[in-house]
Amino acid sequence: MAEIEIYNLCKNYGDVKALDNLCLSVEKNGFYGLIGPDGAGKTSLMRIITSLILPDSGEISVGGLDPVKDYKKLRLKLGYMPGKFSLYPDLSVEENLRFFAGVFGTTINENYHLIKSIYSQIEPFKNRRAGKLSGGMKQKLALCCALIHKPEILILDEPTTGVDAVSRREFWDMLNEIRSYGITILVSTPYMEEAVLCDTVSLLFKGKVVESGTPKEITSRYSSTIYSVKTDNIPLALKVLRNIPGLMSVNSFGQNIHLVFKDENHSEQEITNFLTANNILDAELSRIKAGIEDSFIDYILKENKN
Amino acid sequence: MKRFSGFLVKEFLHILRDRRTMLILFLIPIFQILIFGYVVKNEVKDAKIGIIDLSHDNVTEEITARLDAAVDFRVVREYQTYEEAEAGFRANEIKAVVVFADNFANDMGKYRKADVQILLDASDPNLANLINSYISVILNKYSAEVNKTGNSVIVSTEPRMWFNENLHSAYMFVPGTMALILMLITALMSSISIAREKETGTMEILLVSPLRPIQIILGKLTPYAVLSIVNVVSILVIGNVVFGVPVHGSWVLLLLVSFLFILLALSLGLLVSTLVKTQQTAMFISILGLMLPTMLLSGFIFPIENMPVILQYLSYIVPAKYFLIIIKSIMLKGLGLSYVINEVLILFGITLGLIALSVYKFKVRLE
Repeated sequence: MAEIEIYNLCKNYGDVKALDNLCLSVEKNGFYGLIGPDGAGKTSLMRIITSLILPDSGEISVGGLDPVKDYKKLRLKLGYMPGKFSLYPDLSVEENLRFFAGVFGTTINENYHLIKSIYSQIEPFKNRRAGKLSGGMKQKLALCCALIHKPEILILDEPTTGVDAVSRREFWDMLNEIRSYGITILVSTPYMEEAVLCDTVSLLFKGKVVESGTPKEITSRYSSTIYSVKTDNIPLALKVLRNIPGLMSVNSFGQNIHLVFKDENHSEQEITNFLTANNILDAELSRIKAGIEDSFIDYILKENKN
Repeated sequence: MKRFSGFLVKEFLHILRDRRTMLILFLIPIFQILIFGYVVKNEVKDAKIGIIDLSHDNVTEEITARLDAAVDFRVVREYQTYEEAEAGFRANEIKAVVVFADNFANDMGKYRKADVQILLDASDPNLANLINSYISVILNKYSAEVNKTGNSVIVSTEPRMWFNENLHSAYMFVPGTMALILMLITALMSSISIAREKETGTMEILLVSPLRPIQIILGKLTPYAVLSIVNVVSILVIGNVVFGVPVHGSWVLLLLVSFLFILLALSLGLLVSTLVKTQQTAMFISILGLMLPTMLLSGFIFPIENMPVILQYLSYIVPAKYFLIIIKSIMLKGLGLSYVINEVLILFGITLGLIALSVYKFKVRLE
């Protein structure tokens, strides 16, 4: 049996369907990524798995236990890092760690080997108040606190939100290392490029898993070519490009416009000509390969059209 | 147990590290008792009074001399007419005027009764009340002395003030302030401290940990219980040393009863915290819902007997009312447990009920 097994899980907040017949399965010692925009249901799902909220219907088993009935036993097995920074800012780094070790009936020394490589990075600041740490260090400390009792399953809700790019990279490397201790990891993130490190990825949208597979599988499923258009007059270009023949989607990403066609029979020359004919002369064109992010937007656009 | 002690250490660190919390815990009680004791006191000292003496005989002069000799009053002027006295009131020369009727000494001899009228500046009704009763005390004393020899009665307006013969206001304020401070610190601070864990999201982690709800609750409340006992002792000591408020009864009983009231306030704070999500609402509910009734409906500032009937009924659910009755009995009258057993049992019952309700309402999940 899988470590986390979820079947037809539903959760409603009034009229809003946070989770809509969601199915998901995480293997023992798996490294599972959940990707989705804000409001997709990631946090609700994680809170149900950690027994913090109750589902409306559906079946769920975590580590062989039911989070609704066996929540007391389950809570001993779980390590949980909520989305919001949830340590005590007025306690020092070491005091926080000692507190969480104590709460789970263990000591820092007992499981030091688990957190050694992470904690060694923040240990020089162990007497500093947690509130005074940088974003990256806060997350490392939070990870240590979630790991100090040697959980079997580690649940992380957007652990790298608001953390700089370098620290994010480091953080994911750490997760990879933690996995080698036999811990099952379920992690959510809005940053698509991070999820590439997971062995299984699910795209969550409107409370449903809309795609699932290895990161490679998912990107290959959306292999359509994307044209990136750079121009100073984005509003006008957007308006113009909506009328280009054979178009599937056009979206602006910062200074660029991403264009996707319904088929592959288009060329850069064709787009340039079309823009020139519509008085946009400064456009620079390039072809880019779709990432998970583009695949996801693609999916959502299709979904909305239906 | 190891889990619990770790939790307790954390709670003490929270309190000791937060300067604001420490301020509220230890400085505010001391300031409050000093402010209530010195500034807000309704004590009469050197109140200026006037005299209208229509008789001018040996009796009225004797009484006037006695009024002037009392520490509470200073007779500053004799007025000839009511009009003059009224002008005196308006000019704020005097707070009260004592009027002796015509033929005062004669009436006393003949009818064993003579008329004294007391005019009071009621713009400060509390003070006016006090002055009225002070003057009555002096008049009664005088007539009692005369009674021993002759058989006359001058006037009897107010009964003698038992247990606080001179109406020392500190005697009233120390127990009241104690109730207020205990309510403030224990209920307010504990409800805020639990609400803070909810607001910052740490409650999420605590819930997912193997800590049992009762451990979280006890860990949160114990530090405030300990610190409140420190406050009780310091209030009693300040009351005794600075304002001379005695503890006639048993200290042990007094501390035990105070501890019971602390438990009650803590369980109120706990109940508030189970109902709110943010520190601000916790504060709002604690102040409006707990502190104001403690101040206004407990008999601390306004006598319950003088309240509208509906508020009198409402005062029955204000725990501080019972607490005040108990500690006044112990401190000022020196009574033992058997005299206040009903009030103690009521407080005990309320506490048990509140704790049961809070534990029941304490959620093991987020919703």
